[in-house]
Amino acid sequence: MSPLKIKKGSSSHSAYNLRPTFSDVQERHTLAVMVDNEAGVLARVIGLFSGRGYNIESLTVAEVDHEGHLSRITIVTTGTPQVIEQIKAQLGRIVPVHEVHDLTVEGPSVERELALFKVAGDGDKRIEALRLAEIFRANVVDSTLNSFVFEITGAPDKIDAFADLMRPLGLQEVARTGVAALARGAE
Amino acid sequence: MTRQMTGAKIVVQALKDQGVDTVFGYPGGAVLPIYDEIFQQNDIRHILVRHEQGATHAAEGYARATGKPGVVLVTSGPGATNAVTGLTDALMDSIPIVVLTGQVPTFMIGSDAFQEADTVGITRPCTKHNWLVKDTDELSGVIHEAFHVAISGRPGPVLIDIPKDVQFANGSYSDPKPAASHYHPQVKGDMAEIEKLADAIASAKRPVFYTGGGVINSGPAASQLLRELVDATDFPITSTLMGLGCYPASGKNWLGMLGMHGLYEANMAMHDCDLMINIGARFDDRITGRIDAFSPKSLKAHIDIDPSSINKVIRVDIPILGDVAHVLEDLLKVWKAKGRKTNKEAVQKWWGQIKDWRAVDCLAFTQKGKTIKPQYALARLEELTKDMDRYICTEVGQHQMWAAQYLGFEDPNRWMTSGGLGTMGYGTPASIGVQVAHPDALVINVAGEASWLMNMQEMGTAVQYRLPVKQFIMNNERLGMVRQWQELLHGERYSHSWSEALPDFVKLAEAFGAKGIMCDNADDLDEAIKEMLAYDGPVIFDCLVEKHENCFPMIPSGKAHNEMLLGEADTQGVIDAKGSVLV
Repeated sequence: MSPLKIKKGSSSHSAYNLRPTFSDVQERHTLAVMVDNEAGVLARVIGLFSGRGYNIESLTVAEVDHEGHLSRITIVTTGTPQVIEQIKAQLGRIVPVHEVHDLTVEGPSVERELALFKVAGDGDKRIEALRLAEIFRANVVDSTLNSFVFEITGAPDKIDAFADLMRPLGLQEVARTGVAALARGAE
Repeated sequence: MTRQMTGAKIVVQALKDQGVDTVFGYPGGAVLPIYDEIFQQNDIRHILVRHEQGATHAAEGYARATGKPGVVLVTSGPGATNAVTGLTDALMDSIPIVVLTGQVPTFMIGSDAFQEADTVGITRPCTKHNWLVKDTDELSGVIHEAFHVAISGRPGPVLIDIPKDVQFANGSYSDPKPAASHYHPQVKGDMAEIEKLADAIASAKRPVFYTGGGVINSGPAASQLLRELVDATDFPITSTLMGLGCYPASGKNWLGMLGMHGLYEANMAMHDCDLMINIGARFDDRITGRIDAFSPKSLKAHIDIDPSSINKVIRVDIPILGDVAHVLEDLLKVWKAKGRKTNKEAVQKWWGQIKDWRAVDCLAFTQKGKTIKPQYALARLEELTKDMDRYICTEVGQHQMWAAQYLGFEDPNRWMTSGGLGTMGYGTPASIGVQVAHPDALVINVAGEASWLMNMQEMGTAVQYRLPVKQFIMNNERLGMVRQWQELLHGERYSHSWSEALPDFVKLAEAFGAKGIMCDNADDLDEAIKEMLAYDGPVIFDCLVEKHENCFPMIPSGKAHNEMLLGEADTQGVIDAKGSVLV
């Protein structure tokens, strides 16, 4: 019997590399999950992702139907097509989950995220930050003599782009809400 | 109709209205009001276990032997945490149990009070759903919903955490209303997919039915329909550990169990088939072996009530989401309407191939001399009990696999074993639950001595309630399956896999007030088993068996179905580094 030669921390000998990979392509999907707004429901959803090793890129939750006690959870996740299908099926069988929609495949959808940026600086940098904020249609929601807080709404990549521009101009802090998304059209 | 009563009374009333006749439990500070109500009524029988884990496994045994949910009542803190293993076991094996836990009063939650634990937090990943009830008015609705969730769709464990002040307070009681819940999993299969499966059945040359616990969970009608389908098509059928009994072991199309320790003919049929019809099984890793070599040439159909089971591990061609009984009923209708066609000639040829595999006789063993082979012990137990009204429980390990191989199950709900979680210590309390449900039946727990010691305190329960459970311990003074893996994988270094300082099981039985029997001689075995069967009361049977016997056939980790080991001679250097990291 040959001794085990498994490098410490190596995953090449993990049980999972024996799995067939239906497709290696990592896809990014936005899921909308309607749930009963009851104690612990968010913990169930998050526990599912951590317990089964799925990714969460962003997650937002708020009650959207006060009378029906329904909350909408919007999750942006990545995985192979097979993993994405598993995530949807696993979410769907949580008892307080009413509906699971994959906005990425169910037709066109809009995604928006709100972010707050604190940018501190003087002179040209300050003027450049304000000029770029106008181009990006960001609002100034707080100002001192040497800082701004910008509020920006848009698709996540627009916010990423704005962050990249602000970094050399004195970016201090960012707060992002995560993605809210809806399918386009009347349905 | 609503009535006012205390929370504790609501609990007992709701259990009665749900048809509960038995509760397995253990009292403690946070459930005293409910115990006070139980004391004052006679409709619900309370079985006092010796450990909360025992209560959950007993409830599982009760549920599996009756098809009804098992009910557990335990206290807060340690009472709840001790129930966690049973909850996880029930979740993995899809067994409906309803666990009621006491909790510290609502105003003390979060204060690290005496015997406080975050029970719903701890049990969230190991229940199908759970509830913390903070308002007595909501209690009856939650209990009714809990029973509905436990038995609907893919069954599973649920837990209701009830703070002590909620038990004392007055609230309104509502009768069960099934329509109140939004939780109604789909039971009818998609007709287009069912049509496809019927066509596949008509043209298959090398078909096999691969059945699992879902058939048993679907109820007796599912097993009946399955038998009809197997007889009508004359296709071979195999089953997972969890599905034993859904098709009779004496049936002519039966191949035996499949999987890691399944029969050669069953695994070879799975590997070489051209149509695999999975009915209520989940392509568990004990079944598939190496996934990229799993049944490479087959069209795969999968009937399952849980959408997350479909395409989880194995990509299937005909997915049918629905309850087994509903789908089989439609499938039979459609297939009959299409003229009941099968490719008889090809299937006959396929049976010829299977006959050759059967001729390998993979379960053959030789009983030589006085030392009892474990296979022989089970073969004799089978011979002497097969015509009785018999229920079999097991612990976990080699003895469990041998029991699955050498005992025959003719009907569903007769076989209780911890499949998914592999919980040592399951069998003794499970046998108690089964015996409570069927007081006049023969209930045997086939055990290994190491597993059995894990919940042996429940012998006290058996004696207290005069439950004549037979504990058939195959004692090899080893953790046999661990020892087997150490032999095959870890250079025969037997690290901590032997049982030293074992008790004298006969004296132990007597200390509990039960009967003890020891047998160490193959010539005496039949008489000893008969003595066990004749005794009207609980028995601990210490059957000393061959200490170094390995369990075969075996598909080594990381290997395909057609790479089975059939015996000791095949074992040299078979598991490579890749396989050895798999459990």
